[in-house]
Amino acid sequence: MENNAEDVENSMEQQQANTAPEPGQQPQEPPATRARSRGGSGAGAADGGGGDGGGGNGTGPEQNGQPPTARPARVVDAEEEEDEEMTLKYGAKHVIMLFVPVTLCMVVVVATIKSVSFYTRNDGQRLIYTPFPEETDTVAQRAVNSILNATIMITVIIVMTLVLVLLYKYRCYKVIQGWLFLSSLLLLFFFSFIYLKEVFKTYNVAMDCITLAIVVWNFGVVGMICIHWKGPLRLQQAYLIMISALMALVFIKYLPEWTAWLILAVISVYDLLAVLCPKGPLRILVETAQERNEPIFPALIYSSTMVWLVNMADTDRPKRNSAEAGSVQQPTQESAVESPAPSSPSQDDGGFTSSWVSQQQHRLGPLQSTEETRREIQQMPSARPPVEDDDEERGVKLGLGDFIFYSMLVGKASATASGDWNTTLACFVAILIGLCLTLLLLAIFRKALPALPISIFFGLVFYFATDNLVRPFMDQLALHQFYI
Amino acid sequence: MTAAVFFGCTFIAFGPAISLFLFTIAREPLRVIFLIAGAFFWLVSLLLASLVWFISVQISNKESASQQKGLLIFGVVLSVLLQETFRFAYYKLLKKANEGLLALSQEETMPISILQLAYVSGLGFGFMSGAFSVVNILADSVGPGTVGIHGDSQHYFLSSAFMTMAIILLHMFWGVIFFDGCEKRRWFVVAAVVVSHLVVSCLTFQNPQYVSSLVPTYIIMLSMGIWAFYTAGGSLRNLKLCLTCKDKDFLLANHRPR
Repeated sequence: MENNAEDVENSMEQQQANTAPEPGQQPQEPPATRARSRGGSGAGAADGGGGDGGGGNGTGPEQNGQPPTARPARVVDAEEEEDEEMTLKYGAKHVIMLFVPVTLCMVVVVATIKSVSFYTRNDGQRLIYTPFPEETDTVAQRAVNSILNATIMITVIIVMTLVLVLLYKYRCYKVIQGWLFLSSLLLLFFFSFIYLKEVFKTYNVAMDCITLAIVVWNFGVVGMICIHWKGPLRLQQAYLIMISALMALVFIKYLPEWTAWLILAVISVYDLLAVLCPKGPLRILVETAQERNEPIFPALIYSSTMVWLVNMADTDRPKRNSAEAGSVQQPTQESAVESPAPSSPSQDDGGFTSSWVSQQQHRLGPLQSTEETRREIQQMPSARPPVEDDDEERGVKLGLGDFIFYSMLVGKASATASGDWNTTLACFVAILIGLCLTLLLLAIFRKALPALPISIFFGLVFYFATDNLVRPFMDQLALHQFYI
Repeated sequence: MTAAVFFGCTFIAFGPAISLFLFTIAREPLRVIFLIAGAFFWLVSLLLASLVWFISVQISNKESASQQKGLLIFGVVLSVLLQETFRFAYYKLLKKANEGLLALSQEETMPISILQLAYVSGLGFGFMSGAFSVVNILADSVGPGTVGIHGDSQHYFLSSAFMTMAIILLHMFWGVIFFDGCEKRRWFVVAAVVVSHLVVSCLTFQNPQYVSSLVPTYIIMLSMGIWAFYTAGGSLRNLKLCLTCKDKDFLLANHRPR
């Protein structure tokens, strides 16, 4: 699973000078010749089914600072200032583009926890990764057991991440693809079948096997197609949210309480180290991907934009297509141009393969414009349709591992906290603020960052503080009906 | 104690706030972010207040009911003061962020004005305050039960819902007035906000007598509303133009191209 947030920018103005439509742009717009390429996409470790904790794999398209073609020094300064000014405009919209799916995933998990008792019931079953029981006689024994469980789980995650990095480094793409394929197969068919079964039990709905089989089969197959191949953007996003929610529910059910909190804490520390330390496995993964300039593991990253691939690629259409027209256009455009995409099986790269990008350069020129360039273009008579909304050009990506752990925290808070909704709300707001801060840091530093630490830290602090301190206070206030 | 009570009380409590959110804030990403940040600040203030209250309860005599009630009243007053302190802290933070942004950007105008920030942060405080006050009560109202079976008031849910609505709107008005007072350095305005917040909270101490707590609260809410309206630049003339759809600035600003 992907544990990083990254932003994907495509500004390919380096070849702008060669493009026909705007010969007059060059002297006026300093940012027009800005050349910063972002290749690749995120890597994700496969979360094997059966609820093993996915390794956090980082990724990230990072910035290759390539010096622009012919620039005086002062132009670079202006460009950087403009860049930072655009940071806020860029940041706000993309923060919301991540808030919405994270909120949806949490809502699904909390709604399920509150209504379907299966996920909060202790059936005595445990995962093989957490063999020590927590129903012990003494508190000390329970603490020791939970520490041991967390250690085992984290070791498993580290080992899997290392295996993934090694497989990637030695180019065993087929193995990785197969692994991802199997794990999403398990999630989409088996876990969703269990989920449906439990929902029907809760609401006492009788459904025959044939209908159930048809429903689960269709759900699963469409999910596999959307995630691993091509599909409308919204559908793909919806499927990613659903599988994250399913995975989070599995964790909530099968991880005992203290173990779960410990795992959350330890995995955010691990995420921090793995992505930021120079020898961290995720950082190695990111750098390798960068060197090879290829996208990796698109199936395990949530990406907020793919729509504009269609808009920009087709010069005949004057206005934006709807999202459903989707990436169907993409292969025709790509095959029309030149070199095939490097890692062929997965066509829906959360992005922007290098072939696609170079195709854009040749056809359309600058993909990133400022106010001035836009004004110039709109004033000039031009065959190219004006860029309507250039916030859409940049997208943000968040790994599915982040979705899973956020939802797991909020779900656990709603399942076990005695203060019920107050604790859930507090954790929800804390996680969103953590995500906001992470994206702010991302906009400032512009490299792959771990998305877990800040949010999980805030979430844990607020969970324990609200459950132990705020809840008694609010209960007393509600009893006397005092308002603060 | 049915779905009717649940939905009714939810819409009474959160109806105005949610419609304000949907019509004015939901489309602007920056406003949403500042709303959630405002909610976060309120939450932190509550956390600190509960911490102090909790410690004071632990070191006190748990048997004596009057002492506990006294401590609770102390907790309420402390919480109100902390909320206003955090509102001021949020104001300072926003000013710094705005200054930084203006220094960085080439443009003259900021993406969001201090007045919008005041409105949004007040609403954020209100949302969180209302949610924490009433969500557990609403969750209980869905299930089976009898209200006031031990002789307490039968109107518990309804009065809670109305009080919550008043509090949410009040927070929004207080936000606007408070930020304006800080901007213009009129400290009596700030003090007035703090005092009115204290008054509203202390009014709830008489609470099973809902008339004496709800009616003054609503009067205060209306007067704060009018004050905030004038602070934000409204006037009778503006209001008339708006209501008769003759306000040209508003129409131009909201004109959406086809």
